[in-house]
Amino acid sequence: MIPLEWFLIVAGVIFVIGMIGVIIARNVMIIFMSIELMLNAANLAMVAFSREMGTLDGHVMVFVIMTVAAAEAAVGLAIIIALFRNRDTANIDEVNVLKW
Amino acid sequence: MELAIFLMASALSIAASILVIIQRNPIASVMYLLTSFVSQVILFIMLNAAFLAMLQIIVYAGAILVLFLFVIMLLNLRREDFGKDIKLKFKPLAIAFAVVLLFETTVAISSSAMLERAQAQLPPEFGSVQAVGMELFTKYLYPFELTSILLIVAVLGAVVMAKKRL
Repeated sequence: MIPLEWFLIVAGVIFVIGMIGVIIARNVMIIFMSIELMLNAANLAMVAFSREMGTLDGHVMVFVIMTVAAAEAAVGLAIIIALFRNRDTANIDEVNVLKW
Repeated sequence: MELAIFLMASALSIAASILVIIQRNPIASVMYLLTSFVSQVILFIMLNAAFLAMLQIIVYAGAILVLFLFVIMLLNLRREDFGKDIKLKFKPLAIAFAVVLLFETTVAISSSAMLERAQAQLPPEFGSVQAVGMELFTKYLYPFELTSILLIVAVLGAVVMAKKRL
């Protein structure tokens, strides 16, 4: 039986990698994938806690998170397509009209 | 044996996650993301989450990543733009955030009261499709129905967004 902390540390490391990706990547697609990584790290922590508590509440929560991730992917990718059609770029540094 | 599988799966997952964000080519990034997800499925199985492991493969690997590949294909990115994907100006900021967050996580984990309680005894069907389904359709029926509304809104939003002209 692997202890809970180990899973939490793996989840934390993956979450931090996703966060670094959001900060340093300029390609919208890579930023999007980093967000998926962060969601998945949260899922892993959720499942680990669920086993520790012996209840299935965490599993239901992960189910909902997966639904949200799917919805987010659909809407976000549609936004990226609209962006690419209008600006012909996938680099977020060139999308700065709304910047102060 | 269990420890070896855990270490292999988590190392593979972390390594693939790092490769996702440092790759120049988005298609390669998607492939590494797939590797990361599949190795997390191994961790899910070790945590007695059989249903979620299947769901992870079907939803993430089967649906979301294919969507990613489709969009990358549609975008028709130019190869000379690949090199500009990572901006090193933000690297110190990213490292600072990462160190702080990892430190916080470690402190929170090591000082947590969760670790002192006795581990719950798991029934053999824990995490099976039947067990999670029972939970989903009795205790969490209302939130479960709300997710369907969320999906409808997302579908409508995606169609509206991707349309050329309304």
